[in-house]
Amino acid sequence: MIQFSDLHKAYQGDTVLGPVTGAIEKGGITSIVGPNGAGKSTLLTMMGRLLDPTGGRVTIEGRDVFTTKSREMAQQLSILRQENQFTARLRVRELVAFGRFPHSQGRLTEDDHRHVGEALEFLSLTQLADRYLDQLSGGQRQRAYVAMVLAQDTDYVLLDEPLNNLDMKHSVLMMRQLRRAADELGRTIVLIIHDINFAAAHSDRIMALRDGEIVTTGTIPEIMRDEVLTDVFDTPVSVLEVDGRPVAVYYS
Amino acid sequence: MPVSEQPPPAEPQSATGRVAPASRRGDRGEPPPSRCRRRPRLPRFTAPPPGARVAIVGVLVVVAAVCYLLLFIRGSFQFAFDRRLTTLGTMVVVAFAHAIATVVFQTVTSNRILTPSIMGFDSLYVMMQTAMVFVFGGSALARTDGLPKLVVQTVLMVLFAVLLYRWLFAGRFANLHLLLLVGVVLGLAFESLSSFLQRLLSPTDYDMLSVRLFGRMSNSDGSYLPLAFAVCLVVGAVVWHRRHRLDTLLLGRDTSVGLGVDHKRELTVLLVLVAVLVAFATALAGPMTFFGFLVATLAYQLTGTHEHRHVLPMAFLLGLFTLVAGQFLMQHVFYAAGFLTVIIEFVGGIVFLVLLLRKGTL
Repeated sequence: MIQFSDLHKAYQGDTVLGPVTGAIEKGGITSIVGPNGAGKSTLLTMMGRLLDPTGGRVTIEGRDVFTTKSREMAQQLSILRQENQFTARLRVRELVAFGRFPHSQGRLTEDDHRHVGEALEFLSLTQLADRYLDQLSGGQRQRAYVAMVLAQDTDYVLLDEPLNNLDMKHSVLMMRQLRRAADELGRTIVLIIHDINFAAAHSDRIMALRDGEIVTTGTIPEIMRDEVLTDVFDTPVSVLEVDGRPVAVYYS
Repeated sequence: MPVSEQPPPAEPQSATGRVAPASRRGDRGEPPPSRCRRRPRLPRFTAPPPGARVAIVGVLVVVAAVCYLLLFIRGSFQFAFDRRLTTLGTMVVVAFAHAIATVVFQTVTSNRILTPSIMGFDSLYVMMQTAMVFVFGGSALARTDGLPKLVVQTVLMVLFAVLLYRWLFAGRFANLHLLLLVGVVLGLAFESLSSFLQRLLSPTDYDMLSVRLFGRMSNSDGSYLPLAFAVCLVVGAVVWHRRHRLDTLLLGRDTSVGLGVDHKRELTVLLVLVAVLVAFATALAGPMTFFGFLVATLAYQLTGTHEHRHVLPMAFLLGLFTLVAGQFLMQHVFYAAGFLTVIIEFVGGIVFLVLLLRKGTL
C-alpha cells in the first residue's frame, strides 16, 4: 500500500498540491483523474520520489520513499514520466534493459535477459527490439518506455499519462496490457488518465483531484455518477449506461 | 562513419542467424520482394563491434606513438628520446583529462554541445596567469614554475568549480541550466577582466604571457608527470567504477532516479572529478577549448554504442591519437610543431559551430 500524509507542494509560496492525505491500495489499477492543474502529476511524481515535497511524507509498505536507499526503492517502485528525452540514441532492447539496472547495476545476467525478453514480449515489441527509438512511432515508443518500467519488475508501477500520443486502438491495447500486468503479474499500477471513460473501463479504483485536493477516491460505481464528476471537473457531466458500462458524456 | 543501424539486408546465402530479420520483415507487412531484385553487390561491410573499434584505435595510437618516439631522430638518441617521452606523457595526460572530462560532463548535463570549458575553466586559467603577470611582471611566470604552482592552480580551479556547484545545487536553484548560464557569464567576466589587464601590460610582459595562453605539449616539465599520472589513474578508476551509472544518467534525471541512482550525489561527485581533470590538464598544458569537444563528438560517432565502457576508452584513445599523430606530422612533415594545438582548436571550433548550427539548440 502507498500511503501519503499531509503531502504538500508549493512553488515560491504558491501551493499546487495539498496538504493531502490518502492511500493507494495494493493490487489492481488505480487511475488518478482531474482537470488540468489539479496536481495529478505533482502527486504521482512525489509518490515516485522524483519531486521533493514541501512537507509531508510518502511510504510504500511502511518504507519512506525519500529516505530509503534509492536502489532499494527502485526494486519496489518504478515510475514513468510523461516526457522522456534521452541524450543517447538507443535501441528498444537497450532501453528496456535499463529497467534491469536496479537489480544488476548494469551487468546483465541470464535472469535479466529473460526479464527483458518477457517485457518486450508482453508489449509486443519483440520484432522492434533492434530498432532505434527515433525510428519508432510515438505509440511504439510509448510502449517501449512502459516495457522498460515493467522490466524493472517492481510491485508498484506509476505511470504519468501512458496513453499520451496513442490513438484509439493503441490506447485500448495499452490499457489491456496494463490490465494484464495487474492481473497476471500482480502489479499495483497507478496511472494518470485524461479520459474518464478509459479510467472507468479499465481500472479498479479512481482517485479524483481538483485544485490540489483529493475530492474523492472510490470504486468505479462510486465515482461514475453525475454529481461526483460534475463536481470534480467543474463541467456538466452526465453518466449513461452503454453496454452495461458507465460512460460519461460531457461534450454539450 | 556509417554505423550499421539497420539489420543487414538478408542475403540468400546468409547463415541461420540472418534469416530471422527477413521473416520478421514479412511479419511487419513490408514488402520483402523489393529487396531481392537489387543488383548483386559486393559483400557488405559490416561495422565491427564497439570493442573491436576501440582496439583498432588503440593499435593506431601505438603505431603513432612508436613513430613519434623513434623516427627522424637526428643527433643524440637518448636526448631526443627522453624529450619525446616527456611530451608523449604530457599528451597522455592531456588527452585523458580532456576526453574523460568532456564525455562525463556531457553525460551528466544531458547535452552533447557544451563542454567544461564553457563553465569558465579556461577563462579562469587565463585570468590567473594574466593577474600574475600584471602584479609580478612577466619574469614571474618563469620564476614560479614548479610543482607548487601547478598544485595551487589546480586547487584554485577545483575550488572555484566546487563552490559554484555547491552554491547552485544546495540552494533553491537546483538547476543545471542555471549552473551552465552562470558558468558562461563568469567565463565572460574572467575573459573581459583578463583582456583589460592584458591591455595594460608592457609589450614584453604580454609576449611572455601570450606563450602561456595557448596549449603547449612540447615544453611541459617532466617532473609533473608522475603526479599527473597518479591523478588520472585515481580519477579514471572512480569514473570506470561508475560506468554503468553513467549509462543510466544518459536517460536524464527522472529516469535515472527511477532506476535507483542517487542523482544528486552522482552529479556532484562527477562534476568535481571533471573539475579536477580539466584544472589539472589546463595547468599542465594550457587551455584547449575545443579539443575535448572534438574527441568526444568523434567518439560518439565512431563507437557505435552509448555505453560508457566503450565510449570513454574510445574518446581517450582518439584524443591521444589526434595529439600524437598530429604532433608527429607537424614536427616532421610540416616543420611547425608549435601549431598543433592551434590547428586542433581551429578544427574543433569549426566542428562545434557546424554542430551548433545544425542542431539549432544546446
